[in-house]
Amino acid sequence: MPFGATRRVSLALVALAALCLWLGDFEISAHDPWQELGRLALGLVRPDFGAVDALGEALLRTVAFAFVGVGVGASAGLLLALCFHRLWVRTGCAFVRAIHELFWALIFLQCFGLHPLTGVLAIAIPYAGIFAKVYAEILDETDPAPARTLPQRTGRLSALLYTRISQAWPHLVSYTAYRLECGLRSSAVLGFVGMPTLGFHLASHFAQGHYAVVGALLLLFYALIASLRLWVRPKLLPFYLLAAPFCLGTGLPILWSNVARFFTQDIVPAPLRNGEGLAGLGPWLGDLLLHQALPGIWNTLLLSQIALVLTGVLAMALFPLISHHFTGRHLTGRLGAGLGHGLLVVLRSTPEYLLAFILLQLWGPSMLPAVVALALHNGGIIAHLVGRRSNQIVLRPDAPRGLERYAYEVAPRVYGPFMALLFYRWEIIMRETAILGILGIATLGFYVDSAIQEIRFDRALVLILITAALNIGVDILARRLRAHLRLRHTINRQSC
Amino acid sequence: MTGLVLAGAVADYGSARVLGPLDLALAPGERVALVGKSGAGKSTLLTLMHQRWRDQGVALMPQDLGLVPSLSVFHNVYMGRLDRYPWWANLWTLVRPRQRDVVEITALLERLDIAEKRWTPCGELSGGQRQRVAAARAIHQGGRVLLADEPVSALDGPQAERVMRALTETYDMAVLAMHDLELALRHCNRVVGIQAGSIAIDRPSRELSTSDLLDLY
Repeated sequence: MPFGATRRVSLALVALAALCLWLGDFEISAHDPWQELGRLALGLVRPDFGAVDALGEALLRTVAFAFVGVGVGASAGLLLALCFHRLWVRTGCAFVRAIHELFWALIFLQCFGLHPLTGVLAIAIPYAGIFAKVYAEILDETDPAPARTLPQRTGRLSALLYTRISQAWPHLVSYTAYRLECGLRSSAVLGFVGMPTLGFHLASHFAQGHYAVVGALLLLFYALIASLRLWVRPKLLPFYLLAAPFCLGTGLPILWSNVARFFTQDIVPAPLRNGEGLAGLGPWLGDLLLHQALPGIWNTLLLSQIALVLTGVLAMALFPLISHHFTGRHLTGRLGAGLGHGLLVVLRSTPEYLLAFILLQLWGPSMLPAVVALALHNGGIIAHLVGRRSNQIVLRPDAPRGLERYAYEVAPRVYGPFMALLFYRWEIIMRETAILGILGIATLGFYVDSAIQEIRFDRALVLILITAALNIGVDILARRLRAHLRLRHTINRQSC
Repeated sequence: MTGLVLAGAVADYGSARVLGPLDLALAPGERVALVGKSGAGKSTLLTLMHQRWRDQGVALMPQDLGLVPSLSVFHNVYMGRLDRYPWWANLWTLVRPRQRDVVEITALLERLDIAEKRWTPCGELSGGQRQRVAAARAIHQGGRVLLADEPVSALDGPQAERVMRALTETYDMAVLAMHDLELALRHCNRVVGIQAGSIAIDRPSRELSTSDLLDLY
């Protein structure tokens, strides 16, 4: 039997992952991981909503940072989308979105300190890059016919507003609403590096062993995301956007001398700062590459390869939960599908970083928590999209049932879209893998974080640039593979 | 007012010549019906006229209408005058239309019998309704000359009459590609017949009957 291109690529990815699995470090080092897990589960079942002040503040700040960050990012993104045909705009956007929110936060923490501006910029800058790209795509898809009928001397802005933006408006709104959900997750995670959002409270209560409060925080976060459609209404948006900047908290004042020092001294490579000139730069860079960048890149590639394949396996295993070809259309089937939807919502609403943080507390440090966290979150997202896709398939009335139906009828039909989605998420998985290093797993983020701890911002910046280059490289590879396998591009732009 | 001239108009599709070379002059007061088989080059000729004359006050009503489906009927009609107002006024109109424009456009829509749909998005209208909206936009725009490609193809008898009357009353000069020959003869005072990319007939309507034009088909 000859192997098709899709099958060859799939098998190669799995084989590579198996090799990585053998090379990587996977162990549970905690004393009693199951007891810890049990205590967390108990916290979720019997949450403590008594700590109203902390809970309220965590939620308010999370929402406020998300609104301001996404608002600024979307505005900047729309402006950039209008000049996205220029090469330097495209390149600049690809660059800023290749750097994770948390890395941006780490950078801004060094210059602005724990000021709200740090959190806002950390969300707004990468989001602006993403918004610019997607908005530009959406605007490009509009019908050019209305623009041809406009009076000759119509101003550019009026023409744009009435033809392209008006046509694209529903798509722009739905994409922005989707990104707001991503923004809430980003905002929550920024707490782990010191912003006053959910992650901050979660980490501190975890450290103190207050599992009931942790449970309450998690449940409130899910409720917040699940109820997004109820309280984010177009008419209320101006109010939220106006109020949000005043709910960011005060943080600590910005020391402008710090800002100046950061740009003029801290990030200048040490040999140049110390007057060794370009001659000293070579060995400095060589040392950095050999002892930090290369091990970091190795571990990042290793971990993301395993996570990618596990994500795929999980997605293909979970999508039948919400596919009516398997749950059936009768009452119990619908109930089951409802539960399946619930599970997938929880998986995709939990940021990888948060999940990895929790699993790391439970299982101790190794690559295992990171891989599981990445696979659960991304697998949940892809399973949701593949499941929706499978519901569009019409099967013949006498199609086989059960496992035969999965293997012969449904899986072959959704495999192409599934691979396309998986390749879309490859870059995101890679980005997240690098960032999980901040939790202590030796990917690139670990070396970035250590360099910052040692107040060697010059090294941190070079490592962040390497991470960005890695992400851009993977994105190009994924695009090539998609083209090679002729996977169609018309799928959801879900990318956080 | 002076007329408009199209000289040496040529259109190629790949290496094949689909239209011309042909010359056509339009005098003030002339409303030209462009007739001929489908594929004869009527739409191509209209496109060429639009390109040549576009900075001389041309209103275009293309066959695909060029409406924005997500905007209301009112806003689509208003778009005919986007060039007359500053950008901030146009922006404000998207949010809250000014009373003066609403009154004026409603009157126009009443004339075309579609006023009750003025706040409906164009994407939700039927083909005939959409065509009347596009006609309203062309009328609202005003200018020296109207170029319209099959402007009433989706409308029934009385409605087609009404729209044709409204269009030809608004514009002193017009070129209308038509397939309904009786309608063309009634509302236009000059007929240009296109055959295989060149002008086969060019005479005043009163000298023609529909049977004279059948040779073109």
